Amino acid sequence: MIRRVGIALVALWAAAAMAAPVLAPHAVDAQFVDLQNAPPSRLTMAGARIAIHPWRLVNRLEQQYAVDDAIAVPLRWFSGGHLVGSSDEARAPLLLLGTDAYRRDVFTRLVFGARTSLALAAVSALGAMVLGAAAGGVAGYAGGGVDDVLMRTADFVMVLPAMYVALALRAAMPLVLAPATVFALLASIFAIVGAPFVARGVRAIVRSERRMDYAVAAEALGAGAGRLLLRHLLPAARGYIAVQLTLLVPAFIVAEATLSYVGLGFPDPVASWGTMLHDASANVRVFADFPWLLSPAAAMFLVVLGLNLALEGSPGGLRYDTPR
Amino acid sequence: MRGYILRRLAFALFLVVAVSSASLILTELAPGDYASGALGMRARPEAIERARERYGLNRSLGEQYRDWVAHAVRFDFGTSLLYDRPVRELIPERAANTAVLALTALAIATLVGLPLGVVSGSRSGGAVPHVIRAASVVLLSMPPLLTSLFLVFVAARTGWVPIAGMRSAAVPEGGAFVDLLKHLVVPAAAIALPLAAMFERLQAQAMRDAIVQPFVVATLARGVSRRRVVWRDALKVALRPVAAVYGLVVGTLLSGSFAVEVITAWPGLGRLMLDALGARDVYLVAGCAGTGAVFLACATLASDVALAFVDPRVRE
Repeated sequence: MIRRVGIALVALWAAAAMAAPVLAPHAVDAQFVDLQNAPPSRLTMAGARIAIHPWRLVNRLEQQYAVDDAIAVPLRWFSGGHLVGSSDEARAPLLLLGTDAYRRDVFTRLVFGARTSLALAAVSALGAMVLGAAAGGVAGYAGGGVDDVLMRTADFVMVLPAMYVALALRAAMPLVLAPATVFALLASIFAIVGAPFVARGVRAIVRSERRMDYAVAAEALGAGAGRLLLRHLLPAARGYIAVQLTLLVPAFIVAEATLSYVGLGFPDPVASWGTMLHDASANVRVFADFPWLLSPAAAMFLVVLGLNLALEGSPGGLRYDTPR
Repeated sequence: MRGYILRRLAFALFLVVAVSSASLILTELAPGDYASGALGMRARPEAIERARERYGLNRSLGEQYRDWVAHAVRFDFGTSLLYDRPVRELIPERAANTAVLALTALAIATLVGLPLGVVSGSRSGGAVPHVIRAASVVLLSMPPLLTSLFLVFVAARTGWVPIAGMRSAAVPEGGAFVDLLKHLVVPAAAIALPLAAMFERLQAQAMRDAIVQPFVVATLARGVSRRRVVWRDALKVALRPVAAVYGLVVGTLLSGSFAVEVITAWPGLGRLMLDALGARDVYLVAGCAGTGAVFLACATLASDVALAFVDPRVRE
């Protein structure tokens, strides 16, 4: 039951990320005049329809807004390619989670940011899986010197605090890069840092499965090393790899956020949960006065919680050897 | 036993040398250097060249590395380009700040997590284990980056404790120590909460495994009270798997304290390293990375040795 809740939570975010252009009422970089750090729109009823009150700027310096009770702009559903929007964008844009310091809609950036953050985490986890399964499979199958070298390397990488390895590797590249380059770079760094965690378990499984009758039989029938590994031995590690992936994804989501937060992640106009937190952190009043700017942190919590719940009760769900 | 300790010691030494060397070389290889960064984009090429010469950045990579190693074996780790002070003077203060933060967090996490784990692992019925378990799952989903944002948010709203920094500008009433403790609340709790949840889960699992063992049942059958069996006999066995992860925890503490130091402006090693990386201050980067590796090496060494005493099998 609780696992279903977790899976549903993750699926919901994945769906939101995929449907971002429809779900978001605005374009990702649309800016609203005179709405800097504006609070979320106040909902009301206009007859039978849901409507919003526009915000009126009271104090530009303090960025204070007042609800304009006199005007109620009804919402418009399923039009212009968006799920929902305001029927009078110019006067009262729909701001579900307010606006940020650059006068952009936070909700829009949150769902578009989910694309960046979740895609990066998923791609990195897949990379770590391929790399780890290959290294672990070869080490477990070959044994001897190859096994020693591969596993000692893996042990060494695992001892290091993952955050610092990622930080040092990222900092070794030019600070200003195109978003696509940053994506590829971060994905490779995360995959390298995460791979040993997959490799170690896969090696142990391959090593023990190799001596099983079915593997010996396959070898006797003339199966080569590649076929034996891919068709017979690695499938035995499926369950282990699935658990590892579920553990790696949250670590990668947080790693992206941390790197972007300190300015070593995605460049400025790109929406990711990390860059949103980075933008929010520029203003000390965010904690006291503009809490909606912290919504990416809440989103991250929900996804990580979902993944943790999905692992509840599964054997090996609680392990200490995850990247830190 | 001595051979085992010597092998682990050699690994610890290798760790420190490899990490500091790798970070130095990596920063040297990175595009741009301190001279070009500090003088800015509009500086004349001759000016940059002069600065490079002054800092010794115009030599080849091999030459710079050899020179650094030659000095490092005499405990001279170069001069920070960014702060114009010897790295040896800069690092201890920052490292001590990080150590204070990390050790406080570790102590809190241990004192909170382990007893709760014993309680939730040894009881099967009632609401208490469920509540503890639920709290742990929630906290496990909040890594230090998120807990620190959340705690800073709470502190900013309520004004109970300071939200950033390590000391107040003027020493307030109550003295400097109380002031430090107040500043420590948010960052230490941010690291400690997820860690305590991790300890609780591990301890609960170990406790559940321990409590069904024959010796526990036998002790209970002899009439020893349940409380005594749980907290004395079963706990002794259940502590072993938890003790095994203690060495690994230092990695978590260092990674966790990085995010927390940045968010709560705690003047620790992580922030120093970030500044040094940004400025391409090669010697300071190597110094910070090396110090982190020393922390790591000491912790793994201590836990390896402790584990070898508890469990003779690992000495092989």
